[in-house]
Amino acid sequence: MTIVIVEVMPKEVLLDPAGKATARALQRVGGEHITNVRIGKRFELTVDGEVTPEVLEQIGVMANDILSNQVIEDVISIRVAD
Amino acid sequence: MRVGVVTFPGSLDDRDALRAIKLAGGEPVSLWHSEHDLHGVDAIVLPGGFSYGDYLRCGAIAAHSPIMTDVVDAANRGMPVLGICNGFQVLVEAHLLAGGLIRNDHGTFIRRDQKLRVENTDTAWTSGYSVGQEITIPLKNGEGGFIADDETLAQLEGEGLVVFRYVDVNPNGSLNDIAGIRNARGNVVGLMPHPEHAVEAGFGPNTSVAMKSGTDGLAMFQSVLAASIFS
Amino acid sequence: MTEHIPDTVENAAATPEKDQPFHLLGLKPDEYQQIREILGRRPTSGELAMYSVMWSEHCSYKSSKVHLRQFGQKVSPEMTKHLMVGMGENAGVVDIGEGWAVTFKIESHNHPSYIEPFQGAATGVGGIVRDIISMGARPVAVMDALRFGDIDHPDTLRVVNGVVSGISFYGNCLGLPNIGGETWFDSVYQANPLVNALAVGALRHEDLHLANAKGVGNLVVLFGARTGGDGIGGASILASDTFAEGGPTKRPAVQVGDPFAEKVLIECCLELFAGSCVEGIQDLGAAGISCATSELASNGDGGMRITLDNVLLRDPTLTAEEILMSESQERMMAIVTPDKLDAFLAVTTKWDVEASVLGEVTDTGRLVIEWKGQTIVDVDPRTVAINGPVYNRPMEYPAWLDALQADTPDRLARATDGDELKRQFLTLLGSPNEADTDWITNQYDYYVMGNTALNTPDGAGMIRIDEESGLGVALATDANGQYCQLDPYVGAQLALVESYRNVASSGATPLAVSDCLNFGSPENPEVMWQFARAVEGLADGCLELGIPVTGGNVSFYNQTGDVPIYPTPVVAVLGSIDNVARRLPSGWQDDGENLYLLGVTADELGGSAWASSVHGHLGGHPPRVDFAAEKALAGLLAAAAHEGIVTSATDLGTGGFIRAVADGVLRFGVGARVWADGIVDRDGVDLTAALFSETQARVLVSVAREDDVKFRGLCDGRHVPVLRVGVTDAQSHSLELQEVFTVTVDELSRVHRGTLPQRFGAVVGG
Repeated sequence: MTIVIVEVMPKEVLLDPAGKATARALQRVGGEHITNVRIGKRFELTVDGEVTPEVLEQIGVMANDILSNQVIEDVISIRVAD
Repeated sequence: MRVGVVTFPGSLDDRDALRAIKLAGGEPVSLWHSEHDLHGVDAIVLPGGFSYGDYLRCGAIAAHSPIMTDVVDAANRGMPVLGICNGFQVLVEAHLLAGGLIRNDHGTFIRRDQKLRVENTDTAWTSGYSVGQEITIPLKNGEGGFIADDETLAQLEGEGLVVFRYVDVNPNGSLNDIAGIRNARGNVVGLMPHPEHAVEAGFGPNTSVAMKSGTDGLAMFQSVLAASIFS
Repeated sequence: MTEHIPDTVENAAATPEKDQPFHLLGLKPDEYQQIREILGRRPTSGELAMYSVMWSEHCSYKSSKVHLRQFGQKVSPEMTKHLMVGMGENAGVVDIGEGWAVTFKIESHNHPSYIEPFQGAATGVGGIVRDIISMGARPVAVMDALRFGDIDHPDTLRVVNGVVSGISFYGNCLGLPNIGGETWFDSVYQANPLVNALAVGALRHEDLHLANAKGVGNLVVLFGARTGGDGIGGASILASDTFAEGGPTKRPAVQVGDPFAEKVLIECCLELFAGSCVEGIQDLGAAGISCATSELASNGDGGMRITLDNVLLRDPTLTAEEILMSESQERMMAIVTPDKLDAFLAVTTKWDVEASVLGEVTDTGRLVIEWKGQTIVDVDPRTVAINGPVYNRPMEYPAWLDALQADTPDRLARATDGDELKRQFLTLLGSPNEADTDWITNQYDYYVMGNTALNTPDGAGMIRIDEESGLGVALATDANGQYCQLDPYVGAQLALVESYRNVASSGATPLAVSDCLNFGSPENPEVMWQFARAVEGLADGCLELGIPVTGGNVSFYNQTGDVPIYPTPVVAVLGSIDNVARRLPSGWQDDGENLYLLGVTADELGGSAWASSVHGHLGGHPPRVDFAAEKALAGLLAAAAHEGIVTSATDLGTGGFIRAVADGVLRFGVGARVWADGIVDRDGVDLTAALFSETQARVLVSVAREDDVKFRGLCDGRHVPVLRVGVTDAQSHSLELQEVFTVTVDELSRVHRGTLPQRFGAVVGG
């Protein structure tokens, strides 16, 4: 069994109010030098069997279709966990 | 006229939507998320709630329900489809409407009686209003912030696809105070506020006349009944 | 990987000398001895854990039982007339007519809400809602009574944010309108916040279900969420222990809630009930499977045999004992006849709810639990669930009470100057416990289900039950720790009559009571005295008013070190109304209506909002209770509402007359001109008392001119004292207290609505 990690982030051009609120919270506790925070998601997919290039490609399609909303998010990486 | 209301696991305002249709004079029909069966309805409502607990993204999992292939199909053939709150989120995830919906800018859930301006009456769901009309509709959400990139926003505004706009107070940080939009064709409409909670005197928003007497939402359900006559 | 070897019954019988850490599980040495005597051997680890949680204060009521008996004893035939299910079941059930019944209960989730406020409050809502479902009802509304520490203390924000968003998250996601409640800030609750959650459900008479396991051979089915390591030992560790100074540290035992899972469970259960697939049902709360099985078995044919092997797990590393005690949320246990199992599973499958058959009902009188073919529990379930220890704890009259009562508010300076009185009024109106709580309540949905006829800030919430006839129920919760600190007997009665009066002011007829009794440690004789007096006061009060306690909850050990909270019995009253269209708002909307004060005013400022907010004083005696006057007033209001001759009613509570007038003005922003001389002259009190006294059995009503004569006739006929005290004035945009002071509606609003946002953050659109 292998773990495949997919990371999704909100699109840079769009608002990230949760990220903004988090940045403010960090600044309030001594993190004044932290100027921005963006919050995304990390998915850990447990895959039965070998993770071939075909499997990764399939995961890529599913990442675009389901794990992310391409209108407001980007899939920034898909990789096998070490 | 038969108007269907889809129930997903976690849908909450489906019963209210069914009641609204009945009060407007239509025949409400319950539709189940996992069936490929629209039961011969003439219009569809995707109701408010927390389908699938808002897991993954609001409306994301519901958008991939079996029945959604039938709903998308029907929408593409011109059937009127209304998405309310979580239903709006489902329509956006299913790409039947533009843009996206994210967490309220102030970070908390808010429930308030919200003033809206009707900006487009050229849809199956808003023909019963007049352009510029101000109505009061209950709003209750935590993830109601409408966002879109500059290009999409320009298109929505430029083509007059904004149907409702927040007035006086923007309750969730939606860009351009957008409360609801339509597709190009005008049969699909989505909005964050809940018209089905302003249909029965005694249970709607307060007005200056009497407590809980507001019924500004009824026209939305009456509009679609009129639409069927001409479709 | 080594396999965990559970402690079997066989092993326990063979190793009587094994040292067992019963004290770590909250059991006292004599309790441990009692268990050994009952079993005739040492308990297995599983049995020990089971007894420790089920015999904890939270589950067994061992310190309160002897006192709570009064609720069942001080009962008249009139009181049980509408009662379908009384105390002892998951929730009380009241007949409201037309074949409808409602079930309601209020319950605490205090300690978890200090440790992890969000999850503590969320799972508190989840737990009480499951109690309602297990009676066979559809939940239709929730309310919450909250107590936090000093509003300006840095830790209060943490707790408030967590609790409010937890209740919002869980209640909104379940689709239940939050129709009311109350919030109180006081430093005595700093490390002991109180989160009392109420739920009410509706059912047709024939749908009533009870938690008993009857029918030998019937199947025991566990369904809902999978079982994980939530809250193991939570009940006994948390609620039977107090916090040392220094703050929250006991994190691991927290339960995590998933309201989506519960929403699905609600719909699934309702379909199971509709299909008659279930013989008996119990929800899983504190002590999880061990509690559900022992209670179901005790209330039924007396025996049950299950295997934990069949429990669906979220965490495969759990030991048998952990599975037994897990407090994973959103789980139910049903008793199903074998021929109905397929139908049962068809419904759970439809809703994607997992279910597994754990075992069956037997007639052996024993609860036997197996794991991998070995018996790890073999007990008489009644010794676990019903016949636990019963304590008659020592009570002692508090050493400080006489001095506190002697320190009456008479020595406090009273103003006569208009400006000074205005200043005092605004100080009171903006004080944390009188201030507007929209900051909290606008995070709650009250529109869902489309049946909410009254909600916050009205004094009572009201829900339509029958959409055809308009039949509905009203609910209010009230408590006043300050009154109870001065006199717990009278204080408990004051909470009862306040709640009763709030229900009556909505136009409904009070029918039943549920209570949540929040106190310090029962091992403190002064606290125990307070508890005994409060229960006695409440029981006597219910008998006087003719409405029964149908169930409730006790939360002890609310103290930090040696310092207990104020005795805080929260009393919820439920009433019914023939048609919700007749309900009374708590403020006026029309111009030129007459304002009448019902009831008489005495000089009663002990424990008042005026004394605390203006003078920082708590002392003397709380106001007196007059049950006859409350009953007459309630009858009048029900009749007036029914005949439609009153346009609004606000009960007078903390802050007295002038606060009630402010409430009426602020409700819809319509001004009023009032005068106090009538009260001063007729009742022989001074201006301060006329404005701020908290004398009971008083309500402020607005009456349209054309109904004046009828209204006064109604009052005279029922011998309720009535005094015209003002008129509504839509043009003035102000509250004018004739010849004393005037405050604009804007200023009233600014003061009243500014307090919480100043500490907690701006209100959207505020």
